[in-house]
Amino acid sequence: MTAETTTEQLHDVRLTVNGVVHDLRLPARRLLSDALRHDLRLTGTHVGCEHGVCGACTVLLDGEPVRACLMFAVSAQDHEITTVEGLSRPDGRLSPVQQAFRDCHGLQCGFCTPGFLTTITAGLRENPTPSEDEARDMIAGNLCRCTGYQNIVAAVCRAAEITREDEEASS
Amino acid sequence: MTTKLFGEKVKRVEDDRLLRGQGQYVDDLMPGALHAAVLRSPHAHARIRDIDVEAVLDLEGVAAVYTYDDLEGPMAEPLPLLIPHPDLTHGRTQYALARDEVNYVGEAIAMVVATDRYIAEDAVDRIRVDYEFLEPVVGLGAARKADRLVHEDVPGNVAARMEQSVGDAEKAIAEAPHRLTLDLHIERSASMPMEGRGTVARWDSDSHRLQVWTSTQTSTGVRAAVAAKLGLDLVQVEVITPDVGGGFGVKIVHPWPEELLVPMAARALGRPVKFTEDRREHFISSAHERGQDQHIEVGFDDEGRLLGLSVKFWHDNGAYTPYGLIVPIITSTQLLGPYKPRNYKVVFESLYTNTVIVTPYRGAGRPQGVYAMERTMDAIAKYLGRDRAEVRAANFIQPDEFPYDQGLLFQDGRPLIYDSGDYPASLDKLRKLVGWDEFEAYRDSARAEGRQVGIGMACYVEGTGVGPYEGGHVHIETSGRVKVSTGLTTQGQGHQTAFAQIVADELGVPFEDVEVVTGDTRRSPYSVGTFASRAAVISGSAVALAARRAREKALRIAADALEASPEDLEIVEGTVRVKGAPSSQISLGTIAVLSNPLRYAFDEASKAATQFVVGDQEKPPVADDDEPGLEGKDFYSPLRSTFASGMHAVIVETDPDTAEIKVLKYAVVHDCGNLINPMIVEGQIHGGVAQGVGGALYERMAYDESGQLQNASFMDFLMPYVTEVPKTIDIDHLETPSPLNPLGLKGAGEAGVIPSAAVFAAAIEDAEGFPITSMPISPSELFELRRSHPKEGPTA
Repeated sequence: MTAETTTEQLHDVRLTVNGVVHDLRLPARRLLSDALRHDLRLTGTHVGCEHGVCGACTVLLDGEPVRACLMFAVSAQDHEITTVEGLSRPDGRLSPVQQAFRDCHGLQCGFCTPGFLTTITAGLRENPTPSEDEARDMIAGNLCRCTGYQNIVAAVCRAAEITREDEEASS
Repeated sequence: MTTKLFGEKVKRVEDDRLLRGQGQYVDDLMPGALHAAVLRSPHAHARIRDIDVEAVLDLEGVAAVYTYDDLEGPMAEPLPLLIPHPDLTHGRTQYALARDEVNYVGEAIAMVVATDRYIAEDAVDRIRVDYEFLEPVVGLGAARKADRLVHEDVPGNVAARMEQSVGDAEKAIAEAPHRLTLDLHIERSASMPMEGRGTVARWDSDSHRLQVWTSTQTSTGVRAAVAAKLGLDLVQVEVITPDVGGGFGVKIVHPWPEELLVPMAARALGRPVKFTEDRREHFISSAHERGQDQHIEVGFDDEGRLLGLSVKFWHDNGAYTPYGLIVPIITSTQLLGPYKPRNYKVVFESLYTNTVIVTPYRGAGRPQGVYAMERTMDAIAKYLGRDRAEVRAANFIQPDEFPYDQGLLFQDGRPLIYDSGDYPASLDKLRKLVGWDEFEAYRDSARAEGRQVGIGMACYVEGTGVGPYEGGHVHIETSGRVKVSTGLTTQGQGHQTAFAQIVADELGVPFEDVEVVTGDTRRSPYSVGTFASRAAVISGSAVALAARRAREKALRIAADALEASPEDLEIVEGTVRVKGAPSSQISLGTIAVLSNPLRYAFDEASKAATQFVVGDQEKPPVADDDEPGLEGKDFYSPLRSTFASGMHAVIVETDPDTAEIKVLKYAVVHDCGNLINPMIVEGQIHGGVAQGVGGALYERMAYDESGQLQNASFMDFLMPYVTEVPKTIDIDHLETPSPLNPLGLKGAGEAGVIPSAAVFAAAIEDAEGFPITSMPISPSELFELRRSHPKEGPTA
């Protein structure tokens, strides 16, 4: 039996992820989440629903949170993508948001966590001193089935505090 | 002494890699593997006349397609009925791929393996199935009516009928001064972990071994199932549980069809194969729980004391019964909670419907049982005009009555004997924590502002730490580092941290030197699994016992080397020293060298060991009753379950116009015995409460009459976001140690979700003044209930 030739056209895509440039040839339908996970093997970005509701796959596109499962990889060309693997500090220490999650027990199974970390990283850039209610708003688009969110809200506030402490220490 | 870690809020060792995106969940493993996609039945009930896969094979990138006709030997037989029971007279399980009939939307019919998931799904779309439609049975009403059958050979759709009783409930009710009857309903929900199911397998043709990584709550169970179904010796199969993105019960079911089909394909194709379930698949082909109809008759005295309780309930088990009767048995026994019913009779029927299977979801039948009992307590209080807390207190088992035998058989087939608890103390704590006694004043002030508020409470007892056993293996390497393995799996509970705390304490080594592995059959071939809030109790005890054995051996060798008596030795920070003479010391790493009389030296520890002489020259280098290496291995097998308990209270506000239900305060008093790590326990409670809020106010499985699940997505199945959970959850702990295990532990994993349906129903009823008998409840349902109870306003 002869196999049909593929009708899938491949496209050259240049993805800039965590500051590193990758040249790929991908079908147009390849989701950004799949390209990150399976083509670039950056498996920290998780897929929880594939319809944009759970937020586990959230990455930063030019600093703004987007759902990697709702975007084609070819559409991400010419953008700077940041994934959870790119969040830690230049010296390798955990970022304030990552550290706060550890300090506050903001994660259990860890599957939704990367999406929260990226979302909060962007959120704190916009609002570095959130109130508790603002912290809740910041994470209101991400699902977590383990933590009941209590400690994630605490982690948002703690991350803001760590950032302030860092700034005071370096000023 | 080394600082004791047991009971401390030790930060989790799991977190660093998870926070860096370096977790390893199933779908992260084995890059380059072929991908499987499954054709699932679009019909709830149909015969399969023919399957045409011809068009699939033309597609580039497809490696294989499998239907029932491709299954051989044990693979062609039905999947195992994991937990048989004499009363499960009509147990049925599905085939790995449907043979000639499908019984729910989502049942697996064919599997395609291709170079990636996109092509595999393209291929699945090309499969043509010729169906003969059959009438579906959807919902308990249709199942009980039984004018249509799910399985032709199961009369009345009844998989099982089970009855247990203590005393003579019917007589006691008939003779009681007061009697009440309640009819209650509770809907379906599901575990719904953020990571669905997933399996990847690799066949090593050089060593003839199969390696399987699967997102499971039991690695040993999957291993045994794969070996049996694929005709392999057990030693040829290794099952490794990687990071698991949540379980909550659904992943204790095994083997899922894909857990067999993926290894089968990997062996046949000689290439690694991976299956990653997507969210819609999880809704329609993994398990649900909770759905029951309940009829309760109760007789009681003027104080509200139970004299007789008779419960009949109908349990929707879905299309098949792979997990036996565990859920309804737990409902029927744990319904009793902290109370003494005196005379109790329970009868249930477990019924087939053409829907997804029903197997344990966090709480596992207890939320339904607690709902039945607590609704009854509230009804008694209302009937007598007594305080709901007082009526409960009048029925409590008292602290001096333990061990208390309820006279029934529990889910493990053992007597339902509560080991310890202090329910009056819990109630006192809860009243204070929630402000029970001040609530009427608060209600008045709220009413003056035009607001409508209500309060409810619900109590539970949870049999945790169910047997039969788990094992612990502790190996002290010559580096002094301690490698621990226990066979049950972990899916977010922080076992690597909690078990390391226990082992570090027992051995006297730094916490950082202890590394714990779970769910790997290469390290722990004998294990049961993670369910029934048993991991901390059973594996925690097992690793403690194993560490004690390793410690005993270390002290024996050290005593020999240091020419001291073992009783005079202590272990501090990984070094054994003579008490009061700390200069006479030897590190555990050096002892590890001495424990293994090798000819060869490899490392610094070996050099350090040369100064010591151990062993009896009159005996062989490894004595008859000894073995080489500094290891400790032990198993912990409890006599019975240990019974944790707790009480929740909630204050809600119901909007007079929109019927929106808002949580004002949520309070938890929790007794899980001694706490290993309070931070982790509180995290478990938080998560449980959030799932409970979901189950009480939002989540349901919306099947239509043809058996289509209409809300099979996160857009339509309303799982709580942060905006739906209480802003704070007030927690108070009571620590009543279990006398059954060495550390006084009781389980903590499921408790948070158990009383939710009951406590919310109570609070909403209190706010509205009319009975709440069906849960979950949405604002629109509450709005309709208000219309059907127009004359009754808020409670006075």
